[in-house]
Amino acid sequence: MGEVFTAAVLVAVVASAIRLAVPLLLASLGETFGQRSGVLNLGVDGIMLLGAFAGYYAVLKTGNVWLGLLAGAIVGLFLGLASSFIAVTLKAEQGISGIGVYLFGLGMSDLLFQKLVGTPIPINTFPKVDIPILSDIPYLGPMFFQHSTVVYLAFAAIPVSTFIINRTTFGMNIRAVGEYPEAADTLGVSVAGTRWAAETIGGTLAGIAGGVLAISLGIFQQNLTNGAGFIAIALVYFGAFTPLGIMWGALLFGAINALVLELKTLEIIPRDLSNLAAMAPAIITILALAVVARRIRAPAALTKPFTRGH
Amino acid sequence: MTDRSSPILEMKGITKRFPGVLANDNVDFDVYPGEVHTLLGENGAGKSTLVKILYGLYPADEGEVLIDGEVVSLDSPTDAIEHGVGMIHQHFMLVPTLTVAENVSLGLKSSRGALTDLKAVSERILELSNEYGLDLDPSAVVWQLSVGERQRVEIIKALYRDARLLILDEPTAVLTPQEVDQLFVTLRKLTDDGRGLIFISHKLHEVLALSTRITVLRRGAVTGQIPVEGATRESLANMMVGRAVKLTPDKLPAEPGEIALKVQDLIVMGDRGVIAVDGLNLSVRRGEILGIAGVSGNGQRELAETIAGLRQSESGTIEVAGIDVTGARPRKIRDAGLAYVPEERMREGAIGDFTVWENLLLIDYSSPEYLRSGFFKFGAIKEHSQDLVDTFDIRTPSLETSCGSLSGGNIQKVIMARELSSSPTVLVASQPTRGVDIGAAEYIHRRLIDTRNELTDAEFIHAKLIEHRNACTAILMISEDLDEIFGLSDRVAVIYEGKIMGIVDPETATREEVGLMMAGITTTNA
Repeated sequence: MGEVFTAAVLVAVVASAIRLAVPLLLASLGETFGQRSGVLNLGVDGIMLLGAFAGYYAVLKTGNVWLGLLAGAIVGLFLGLASSFIAVTLKAEQGISGIGVYLFGLGMSDLLFQKLVGTPIPINTFPKVDIPILSDIPYLGPMFFQHSTVVYLAFAAIPVSTFIINRTTFGMNIRAVGEYPEAADTLGVSVAGTRWAAETIGGTLAGIAGGVLAISLGIFQQNLTNGAGFIAIALVYFGAFTPLGIMWGALLFGAINALVLELKTLEIIPRDLSNLAAMAPAIITILALAVVARRIRAPAALTKPFTRGH
Repeated sequence: MTDRSSPILEMKGITKRFPGVLANDNVDFDVYPGEVHTLLGENGAGKSTLVKILYGLYPADEGEVLIDGEVVSLDSPTDAIEHGVGMIHQHFMLVPTLTVAENVSLGLKSSRGALTDLKAVSERILELSNEYGLDLDPSAVVWQLSVGERQRVEIIKALYRDARLLILDEPTAVLTPQEVDQLFVTLRKLTDDGRGLIFISHKLHEVLALSTRITVLRRGAVTGQIPVEGATRESLANMMVGRAVKLTPDKLPAEPGEIALKVQDLIVMGDRGVIAVDGLNLSVRRGEILGIAGVSGNGQRELAETIAGLRQSESGTIEVAGIDVTGARPRKIRDAGLAYVPEERMREGAIGDFTVWENLLLIDYSSPEYLRSGFFKFGAIKEHSQDLVDTFDIRTPSLETSCGSLSGGNIQKVIMARELSSSPTVLVASQPTRGVDIGAAEYIHRRLIDTRNELTDAEFIHAKLIEHRNACTAILMISEDLDEIFGLSDRVAVIYEGKIMGIVDPETATREEVGLMMAGITTTNA
């Protein structure tokens, strides 16, 4: 085993872990806003899939990756609004309505792909942006500073999210309505409005996450996300509902994925076992969750619709 | 604030209907600056509905609300706050995971735009807390605060919004007598400032101590509006219930028998992993009621649950009728002769979706009397249930009615009926009348005392039916209501931080003495 983990392999695994973490990170950060406000959106994966298709299709037609990202965001925004309407205004059972959104996204993204594209055509991917000076540092440069802009932006979104949640009145309202909406309501905080906003942020970020995924891979196919949206939901728990905790979870998941990919490429894992190995990230995530989640307290009003006077 | 001759608030002809209930029936109510106007009434009399209309939580069907002589529309709490109405809710409206300052500033415009301005808010909180003697740390997270401190946060919240009219919904329910005194000092400062207070309580001595005027509601309608001068506990109770009420139950002196419940050196952990019951000792004899007085959260719940076998102890022993039941399963403890009326009526005492008869059968369902080859014997069950319904005066449309649709008092009577029907050796009753109307409370008290003396008609018949049961019950009654403690107990044990601070004779002890012990202070002569 000794010669397998050369410096070059390590650098490749870390760099790839960071890249693979980004879609999860974005979707999970979005879901954090929703969940901190008391709304569980199980439809994240469906939104990611439609966002991924929209992003793919926009890049296919325009060649511009940023328009692709915008397309993913717009689709996510609308699905976020729809999810808000279902969960907050119609007060649907959140454990079930999200599954509907997921199935809609899964089916619709494939249908649109078959109708509008048909055969997979590769598209432009995000250009790599080397950060001056830093990217020249041996080892650290290729690991951390030779990524595309979206990677840097996604990691920048972590402190921004933390700041919004902890230091702004909007963030305070989110925490309040997720914990004790009755109290927020008696002080004139709009419970529905805050939840709509938080849930829509969640949808938008999920749409962007999907777009990032498709454009990074330069391809779209049926069920492209392979359940990443569900992992993103799990990461919210894993990260104890904090952006920083979610980052560690996303990186852990990205690292395991990167490692498995690398080991496959190096043919250390036999071909006939590679499907089994592909399950490793999910299994390790579930185990990690089982250990960590016991100590984590979810927002008290999570999944509970609010009605004044009840 | 100046003019005290014109009312801050007038509510005229307020009517509110809920499906099947007239919650407020043409109610007139007003508050002048500097006065405490109390709303008094049983549960469901319409007090809460009236103040919720005032606070914008419910729309009124008829009537109008005037503030400073002008008709206002109160469609939401925001409207109410804008008109200077503040409300101290019975169940604190505080977000436990936020700090004091965050809770206070919630819903307000920030001086820093989209960012929170907690520094400025904290400064103002400190000013207010100095002015009104409400000691608070603005940066403390609310879930770490005591109940008394949380209430101070609620008051500060209202003052911060410059409330001139304060609604206090049962503010004393969770406080020690000393904390109540402290609260009343604060409230008097507020009225001195010319603020008007609406006080909701059913503790009659507090109502008499604090109020300027008292309005009594019954079944949604005003049955009397009187100044506090000349009012007595009895006259108020009579107005509330509509007939003469006996506030302290009659009882004969206790004739304690042998020890039936013995708890020794009991240590139990609470839910948060800290010690809740800390080396507690007590014993209850047959034929006596030992009352456990204390502020909630001092280990009462853990003590009761451990005795009933619902919680494991760390160390110590529990004996029921001479049998060591430490760590035994609930069924075994019941078999040893324990009956248990839990504090959480709807969560642990009864199953809301089950019918009345099903709830009455929850313990005895597998007894051959009611079960044959796995099938219920409905004849016997119905007879037994109907018997209990009659005996315990359970007001239910039928035996098939779901228990959850009954009033709190009637649910409690269902639980009492079920637990006492087995003629237990030991009864542990937690908060037996919390949230139960005076009318219903009166009946439950009588039943406790009857059982102890084992003389009533129906109880006697039951005892005959189940002959092998011993009749003389030892009762451990846990209550936060000092009236109940003093009215029923033969001995009063005061619990504080999981220990018994002392045991006093309710005939000779004073409320102040017990109150100090509830706060952890032992008086020298106690």
